[in-house]
Amino acid sequence: MSLFSPALLVGIPLVSAAVLLLLGKRSNAWGHFLGTTASIASFGVAVAAVMHLVSQPVGSREINQTVWNWFTVGNFSVDVTLSIDALSGVFILLITGVGSLIHIYSIGYMSHDENRRKFFAYLNLFIAAMLLLVLANNFLLLYVGWEGVGLASFLLIGFWQHKNSASTAANKAFILNRVGDFGLAAAVMLMFVTFGSVSFPTVFAHVGSAPGHTTTWIALALLLAACGKSAQFPLQSWLLDAMEGPTPVSALIHAATMVTAGVYLVARSNAIFDLTQTGRTAVMIVGTITLLMGAVIGIAKDDIKKALAGSTMSQIGYMMLAVGLGPVGYVWAIFHLLTHGFFKANMFLGAGSVMHGMNDDVNMRHYGALRKSMAITFGTFLIGYLAIIGVPPFAGFFSKDEIIKAAFEQSVWAGAAALLGAGITAYYMSRVMFMTFFGKARWQSGVHPHESPAVMTIPLIVLALLSAVAGYGLLHVINLEEWLTPLLHPTTGELPFNEALLLPGTLAVVAVGVVLAWFAYGSTHEIPVQAPRGNAFIRAARADLGGDAFNQEVVIGPGERLTATLVAVDEKVLDASVMGIADTFTGLGGRFRSLQTGFTRSYALVMVVGVIIVGAVAFLVRLS
Amino acid sequence: MSTFPWLTALLAFPLMSAAVVMVMPKGNAATVKRAAFGFSLVPVAIIAYLWSQFDANATEQFQFAENTEWIRGWGVHYALGVDGIALAMIALSVILVPVVIIAGWNDVENRGSGNVAEYFAWFLVLETFMVGVFAATDVFLFYVFFEAMLVPVYFLIGRFGGPRGAFAAMKFFIYSLVGGLIMLAALIGLYVISSRNGIGSFAYADLLGLKMDPNTQKLLFLGFFAAFAIKAPLVPVHTWLPDAAQQATPATTVLLVGVLDKVGTFGMLRLCLPLFPEAARWFTPTVLILGLVGIIYGAIVAIGQTDMRRLIAFTSISHFGFITIGVFVMTSLGQSGATLYMVNHGFSTAALLLLVGYLISRRGSARIADFGGVHKVAPVLAGLFLVAGLSSLALPGMSSFVSEFMVLQGTFLQHPVIALIATSGVVLAATYILVMYKRTMTGPVGQGVEVVTELNRREIWAISPLVAALLVFGFFPKPVLDVVNPAIARVMQQIGAVDPQPRVAVVDTKAGQ
Repeated sequence: MSLFSPALLVGIPLVSAAVLLLLGKRSNAWGHFLGTTASIASFGVAVAAVMHLVSQPVGSREINQTVWNWFTVGNFSVDVTLSIDALSGVFILLITGVGSLIHIYSIGYMSHDENRRKFFAYLNLFIAAMLLLVLANNFLLLYVGWEGVGLASFLLIGFWQHKNSASTAANKAFILNRVGDFGLAAAVMLMFVTFGSVSFPTVFAHVGSAPGHTTTWIALALLLAACGKSAQFPLQSWLLDAMEGPTPVSALIHAATMVTAGVYLVARSNAIFDLTQTGRTAVMIVGTITLLMGAVIGIAKDDIKKALAGSTMSQIGYMMLAVGLGPVGYVWAIFHLLTHGFFKANMFLGAGSVMHGMNDDVNMRHYGALRKSMAITFGTFLIGYLAIIGVPPFAGFFSKDEIIKAAFEQSVWAGAAALLGAGITAYYMSRVMFMTFFGKARWQSGVHPHESPAVMTIPLIVLALLSAVAGYGLLHVINLEEWLTPLLHPTTGELPFNEALLLPGTLAVVAVGVVLAWFAYGSTHEIPVQAPRGNAFIRAARADLGGDAFNQEVVIGPGERLTATLVAVDEKVLDASVMGIADTFTGLGGRFRSLQTGFTRSYALVMVVGVIIVGAVAFLVRLS
Repeated sequence: MSTFPWLTALLAFPLMSAAVVMVMPKGNAATVKRAAFGFSLVPVAIIAYLWSQFDANATEQFQFAENTEWIRGWGVHYALGVDGIALAMIALSVILVPVVIIAGWNDVENRGSGNVAEYFAWFLVLETFMVGVFAATDVFLFYVFFEAMLVPVYFLIGRFGGPRGAFAAMKFFIYSLVGGLIMLAALIGLYVISSRNGIGSFAYADLLGLKMDPNTQKLLFLGFFAAFAIKAPLVPVHTWLPDAAQQATPATTVLLVGVLDKVGTFGMLRLCLPLFPEAARWFTPTVLILGLVGIIYGAIVAIGQTDMRRLIAFTSISHFGFITIGVFVMTSLGQSGATLYMVNHGFSTAALLLLVGYLISRRGSARIADFGGVHKVAPVLAGLFLVAGLSSLALPGMSSFVSEFMVLQGTFLQHPVIALIATSGVVLAATYILVMYKRTMTGPVGQGVEVVTELNRREIWAISPLVAALLVFGFFPKPVLDVVNPAIARVMQQIGAVDPQPRVAVVDTKAGQ
């Protein structure tokens, strides 16, 4: 097995997770070291693998490894085949790289938790599942990774199991994701019926021969899956609740990696989406709605993690919009996925660092003026902030700009929505920035803000550096577009207006957002510790724009009533009628009671009935 | 192949062990238990040997075959033999017996009354009949074992069960007996037909391909199917199962749900389809709808249960819907999937039920509301409970995922709409398992839950092989499929079914190299 074996990549964190879970408390003392080492080792393998790809000529940048035949029945056969190509190569670096930084950070963040070893086991499990998701070379194996990350997400959202809110949020995430998984299962089944295979090469090579409506159904089913995993409308509501998990989890799973799996799925399946305008339009619509929805929710949240979660929804909405644009957008979706992975992980970890210094308070109305007491956290968060709102030369500027441009090339409406989203992003992120680090201190009594230990600040610094340079670096130094061209074959479109207007226009919209936020939350504005009631718009945004209300009214409420009804039917109708029949026979047998009791009596009765049936059947058979 | 009657040995050994256990000195319960456990390992060794000697691609349908005339006048034979399907089911049965003996080690003491030797002896007697029913290659012999299984279960529920054990046992007994008698009627009908065709035999091989008119075939099909539907059980003849599961000891329920119920779906695959292929095809839409109703209905009613044992019973009813659909969808994927599903469901439900049993033995209750926060006081128990639950909801990586996917994919090939509705069952499954997990295992430690102690070594030993099977077969189901697939190919051939081809002609580039 060579150093850059894909199986090794998945195997290292998987074995580490198994060791930590099987040894249990016995590994408490060193569990976090093993977990972190496993993640870093996996990163090393990923780097070696990608270096190997770089050294190959463009046409043969692929490492394939069939580990074993998973199962075969009739003409259905599926292998455990892993493959590293240009697209999965980018992902394995992101997953293990950011993953390792977050492992390191968690050593400090979780140092007082009695279950820290279990936390690292779950993180390792997540890394393994996420790697499997992106390395799988067929849709069924991808499904294993897909639900595997769902399991890790479930375990980590509900990590603090003693809190009812945490386990409720974990269940919600898993069950809503299962709705999405239904889509993935449907897509897989339809693919096999159509192509006789679910492997990427076969499906992608023959999708052109499939009837158009089949292709569209496959695309829509994949979109449903993506909506679940990537918290896109209408399956978005679990992500805000998922903030119940420890903050490193929010950074790794619910910002940088797992929630972008839906974007990966669509980009990976570009051969399918290229052939269906309906499918692409649906993806665009979902992305556009979610990017605006998430941004609006971000405005209203006082909980710093929920504000960031709304932002994540919104930023993934951008990526979905971009993949929905087709060949003009795929590359930019992946580009934004990477930069977002850096700056959002950076800001989530920053939020964790702030919470660490504020006795785990998440309410930004209790923050303020933290830039002095947490200088490193502030500095790194500031870079993340500049990156997400798209200030040059920070990372988000390059990636978001490309998406807005591509959107305008396809549709003025999508472009306008993306532009508007940029403005709202600037507003809500400035609000987070000002409420947390500027203004007057609104600290609760007994709170003594302090900077976090180096084990936490070093990952912050690394991520801040990446947030600063990754945009320019990926675009112009590494040339991501060229790297991904063999798989995503990008094209360019025509802007409906002079291209020179785009950059100043975007920056102006961003500036408006920042300035409005400054007047509302910056300057010398007094921020009430109790949230004001707010107008109807703010109240709706605070209630997640009705996501939960919709679930309650349309799914949970009727579901509970249906359950109660069926339980009653089972007991009072089905069982009661069977027992009624039995009683009739028992009643008939009452006259034998003096001779026979209980068991024997019923047995005799049933025998009598049986003989009658036997006689009848013998009669009927003879007749026929 | 050796001429030693291995299957008779496999059949007789547990029965003899039961007799030995019963005559052992009563004074030392621990010795009796150790003896019962030791005896139960012998069939495991035998089946391991048979598995190693089994030739999956042999030309004859049944291997290790034995055949002696039993009742000459009626054409009844003592005939045994296994194909891959029977081999897998027998393996499941004999593996579960030592597991339930370890898990149920203190059941009688915890109950406070009853005879230890008798409890374990009934398990061993039941083992004989379970092996017999799967190994019988004479339909009359099958029927005899089918009915005989009732007796040990009746006593296990009635004499060792909960406060309403006698009632639940009677309900189980009457339901099963009614089904059995309908089957007996059909059996006699079948014999009449075979006599008229000049065969006059109950031997399975003789009955294949009998000529009979369509209406008779439908009638006979229904006779067998009714018995198997009650046994499986399918909605709406399922109401005995929740009561039985609630009243029996979890060790008994493991064999009841894990193995006995599978005799129903096994019977559909072994008898209903090959003996009456045209009738089976005629009834297919009805049966598929019944299965589909069972999947959804069982899952929804499971969500509404307040007792964990009843909840698991309803999840099983939902799972039996999947198995039935897989059997009747007449594709290799569906039928191999259904067979694998029977095995996997046996392991996964066993794990779940035994863990519930451990909870009951500590807390004295199986009500969901009586728990909460178990993760805090017994983390290993809670963790294993989650693993077993994830297997029940068919998480990829668990063996149950492979079989459930095979059934769904196999169904989709013929009936996409039914497959899609059945697939929505995955959302319901996540709901019933995770809601139960949340209410019992998470949250603050509930009142009275402090008494729930961590699993002891014996209890972990009983669960470990089950969990190992769930994980190993999840990633590597090949050992089971290797023996099952050829047997299913034969069934497909017997019923004249052919797998549909892909709609787009794919020039195979050795899929995914």
